[in-house]
Amino acid sequence: MLARIVASRDLMLALIIVAMCLLIATRFPQFIAPGNLIAIAADSSVLIILVMGQLCVILTRCIDLSVASNLALTGMLIGMLNTAQPDIPVPVLALLASLFGLMLGAFNGALVWLLGLPAIVVTLGTLAIYRGMIYVVSGGAWVNAHEMSPAFLGAIRQEVFGVPVLLWVGVAVVAIVAFILRRTAIGRAFYTVGGNPTAAVYAGLNVGRTQFVAFCISGALAGLAGYLWVARYAVAYVEIARGFEFDVVAACVIGGISIMGGIGTVTGALLGALFLGVVKNALPVIGISPFWQLALSGFVIILAVVINARSARSRGRQILPTQREAAP
Amino acid sequence: MTEERADPPADLPFRDRGRLAGALLRWETLLLFVGVALFIFNALATPYFLNPWTLSDATFNFTEKAIIALAVALLVISGEIDLSVASIVALASIAMGAVAEIGGPLPVIVATGLAVGVLAGAVNGVIVTAFALPSIVVTIGTLSLYRGIGYIVLGDGVFKNYPPEFAIFGQSYVWWVISFELASFLVLAVLFAILLHKTPFGRSIYAIGNNTLAARFAGIRVERVKFLLFCLSGLMAGVASVMLTSRLGSTRPTIAFGWELEIVTMVVLGGVSILGGSGSIPGVVIAAFVMGLITFGLGLLNVPGVVMSVAIGSVLIFVIALPRILAMVRR
Repeated sequence: MLARIVASRDLMLALIIVAMCLLIATRFPQFIAPGNLIAIAADSSVLIILVMGQLCVILTRCIDLSVASNLALTGMLIGMLNTAQPDIPVPVLALLASLFGLMLGAFNGALVWLLGLPAIVVTLGTLAIYRGMIYVVSGGAWVNAHEMSPAFLGAIRQEVFGVPVLLWVGVAVVAIVAFILRRTAIGRAFYTVGGNPTAAVYAGLNVGRTQFVAFCISGALAGLAGYLWVARYAVAYVEIARGFEFDVVAACVIGGISIMGGIGTVTGALLGALFLGVVKNALPVIGISPFWQLALSGFVIILAVVINARSARSRGRQILPTQREAAP
Repeated sequence: MTEERADPPADLPFRDRGRLAGALLRWETLLLFVGVALFIFNALATPYFLNPWTLSDATFNFTEKAIIALAVALLVISGEIDLSVASIVALASIAMGAVAEIGGPLPVIVATGLAVGVLAGAVNGVIVTAFALPSIVVTIGTLSLYRGIGYIVLGDGVFKNYPPEFAIFGQSYVWWVISFELASFLVLAVLFAILLHKTPFGRSIYAIGNNTLAARFAGIRVERVKFLLFCLSGLMAGVASVMLTSRLGSTRPTIAFGWELEIVTMVVLGGVSILGGSGSIPGVVIAAFVMGLITFGLGLLNVPGVVMSVAIGSVLIFVIALPRILAMVRR
């Protein structure tokens, strides 16, 4: 019974999201109007992109807590670049943002790979460093909407087939990460390295290098998200997206990705992000103060991680019975 | 988490206990030298630094965090971590504020803060041990949950109706320039050092951190020890909350925001292995003073708070990278 529920975990999560939407629609029918659903998905797009990067990192048994700071630093630099040189076309800016984010991610990855440092400590450190660097580069000043070029702000708002570009970017990222994880050697290596590092070494994989690549992907996506965030909210300052890394990790955990590495799917990660997106958009609609959001997402993380723990995985690792199992 | 660690063969050299103990001894000595160097630098940078009252004021920016770091150090040695401590400080402060608001007497206010701390720590401990979950995720969850509860209760408001006597915990001095906070930290540091280094309970913390499986075979009640450590970490967050709230005289939901980073940095800077199994209380105490001197020195240079976090983050990474770099060079 339990095994079957776990097996169809993605389905359950999808049903919960649909049920939530329908429940809200009984009182506020406009909530499930196609336009609003697209708006919610577009609103979740940045989260989805970051979650895809985090998925790669967590699969390799690491964690990247610096993504929100990476996003904010890259966003600030791109905003400043746009202000100084309004003629640079948006695709070039987006590419530059990804490259700069990739550099920041590669710094994390290099420390993990070359020095064998624990990812959590490294990214806790770079979380602070990248955030502080925003102040250093901007001098504490804001980049405001009127300083940004119309193309910079407008590009992600253009609609293609009735869907904003912001959401299309998210869709493309999901497709690319799904392809990498399913069809490429490095994608499969993420699973092997996280699932069993010793076996990965015997299979000829370089564990550290694989983790490095995962950090690069996460960094590049965070950089891209930096441009999207600044263009969407039309402002860049030191505090943007502060604490957003916890939403990203939360979405991963809700999506059934094991923090111990090796387990997780793109579908699960996507559903986890959409779940948080729907909750965030539903709260104001049903009249709950936004102050509830933080506590609610904390509660959901714990609930999800408890449910995850009931999967069959952990049993293979515990050789000696734990006290609880051994007792009666 | 500890069982997992046995997997990568690369970890083996670092589990050599003889070398580790030797390195640790050197680590604390090195740290002490860094501390003395920073002290001299600060003394040369400004003529006002060597004034006893300046030094006394400088201790206020780290004692509360250092008190929490003592307990977090034990958790990290046992192979766990608690990232929710700053949120527990906020939750306890809000509970105290609510009690003060309805006119609760001083002992009740303090007891509320400590009780909320222990309770929040116990919740962490129960979730981690009962479901065998990685503490990093659980405490990221409770980090959001506890601070979120603070926001629900307080919104964008503020509690500030504390009785005047409440100020003793954060603003009074026990003797000359020795503040109540500093004295409490030193007393707690001694108690923690005895607990970790001189009691069977302390030995079992090392045993669990080095090899949970072996600790289980040796009859150590791993779950119970970990649960108690989470309660202790919550209690110390409660103690810090009493002092911080008393010092500020008010409570907002953002109180102690982001402290978890500085606390973990303090613990790691003190020579505690983030993978568990090694570390000492004297190391953490020296690290607390070193961090205090760094922030004070940067303050003298008029560096804004957010830029100080660059320095703290760099120190954190540098400190854990140093032993690995040295090992690579030696090889």
